[in-house]
Amino acid sequence: MMDVKRREFLRLAGLGATLGIGGKTLYEVVKGDEVLASTAHETHEGTRWAMVIDTRKCVVHDCEDCIAACHKTHNVPTFEDPKRVIKWIWREEFKGAFPDQNHMFMGDEVTDKTVPILCNHCDNPPCVKVCPTGATFKRKDGIVTMDMHRCIGCRYCVVGCPYGARSFNWSDPREAIKDIDPAFPTRCKGVVEKCNFCADRLSLDKDPACMEACPYKAITFGNLGDKESPVRAALKGKYTIRRKQGLGTGPSVFYIV
Amino acid sequence: MHDAMKVIIGLVIFLGLVTAPFWFNTVGGTSARQPELVVGTDVKECIEPTGWMRAYHMDLLNQWRDEVVREGKKDFVSSTGKTWEHMKLTGTCLDCHTQKDKFCDRCHDYSGVKPYCWDCHIVPGKEGK
Ligand code: HEC
Ligand code: HEC
Ligand code: HEC
Repeated sequence: MMDVKRREFLRLAGLGATLGIGGKTLYEVVKGDEVLASTAHETHEGTRWAMVIDTRKCVVHDCEDCIAACHKTHNVPTFEDPKRVIKWIWREEFKGAFPDQNHMFMGDEVTDKTVPILCNHCDNPPCVKVCPTGATFKRKDGIVTMDMHRCIGCRYCVVGCPYGARSFNWSDPREAIKDIDPAFPTRCKGVVEKCNFCADRLSLDKDPACMEACPYKAITFGNLGDKESPVRAALKGKYTIRRKQGLGTGPSVFYIV
Repeated sequence: MHDAMKVIIGLVIFLGLVTAPFWFNTVGGTSARQPELVVGTDVKECIEPTGWMRAYHMDLLNQWRDEVVREGKKDFVSSTGKTWEHMKLTGTCLDCHTQKDKFCDRCHDYSGVKPYCWDCHIVPGKEGK
């Protein structure tokens, strides 16, 4: 005969389940840190790199200097075939970049203007959550970056990113890079790539390549955690928007409109 | 046992044939030789002792890779306390070992190792290949 009677066992099991012993409760799953991170993480401590793009200084020009500089220093290939395009930073029409920010009365002169778009280095990045190998991860300073050595090319992140910030190498990228810079590795067929917020340049105390190249000084970069930083100055007192803010990803790229 | 002689002769021939490659190499002096490595620099020492490097350079590279990519570090401090500005496969290793084909590749071909690093990391002078 067992010591614990059936009734008693059920009672204990029920108590255990209520307390969530031996597994995550539904509450934890739904409301856990990960899910609420988009709001909780808004309090930035330490270093939190961010970018402010002043579209007022940018949209009026038909300039792609930031794109050229970024793609040059990081050996990003230029494919003509639209299906194979690889991009770290590019220009997108206002209506596509901010689908929740425009309406039919704005006029084409606003909605068709293009703004620079790049990885948002989200507070709560969906790409990190879906990556099965830890190839995409968030650094302590907030940069969401890729460890190419771990990328298995599954492309979950391409689907997970709501900003289209990721590109997949369908073929050998070296065929489409004019002058390869030996200082930064290329990628190879079968891996995903995206903007790294110039982590490579930051470690050398250099500013991001796009910011450095902008002739109109439309891009500001700095540490959100530092009250004196240029990004905090650029954000203060101005109306700024972020892409698809309602999704709760918490982008670190801000746009002054 | 009138076949003993035949058996012994057979055995001798058999052993001779089986060990033939060894005799052939010893007498002919064609035994496998270590590949000739061109270090590629005037510097006298590697970043760590040569013997250690020979055995563990792949582990060191993995450590560098993780520290640079995942931890955002930059400098390497060797066991002798010397600091190196970077931890880069191309920028550091190949800066001294300037002839990859006569150093890394020669030894790897000999050992049957085929690192895939160069699909992405660039060999100076061989960009795009
Ligand atoms: C400052 C120049 C320098 C740098 C940087 C350097 N090496 Fe060396 N390396 C040398 C020299 C010189 C030797 C030969 C030392 C000797 O003859 O005892 C050597 C020896 C070696 C050996 C042993 C070769 C043998 O004879 O068995 C290996 C393997 C090696 N290096 C790999 C690397 C790797 C991998 C890196 C980068 C992580 C690297 N080295 C960085 C200078 C350098
Ligand atoms: C003295 C011979 C020797 C030299 C010189 C040498 N290697 Fe190696 N390397 C090896 C051997 C042997 C292995 C395989 C070890 C194993 O599988 O455990 C290896 C493995 C590696 C690996 C790991 C490969 C993998 O698939 O896991 C890398 C990366 C590497 N070497 C880089 C270099 C670089 C870069 C250089 C030149 C700067 C170099 N090696 C020079 C002998 C050498
Ligand atoms: C799919 C492309 C890819 C492959 C394959 C690859 N790497 Fe990398 N590797 C990168 C990228 C991109 C970086 C980041 C460079 C940076 O941030 O400066 C990097 C960085 C590194 C670094 C630190 C910085 C540098 O520039 O060297 C090391 C060390 C390294 N890799 C070693 C290796 C070794 C060893 C192999 C092969 C066993 C390898 N990698 C294969 C893409 C690759």
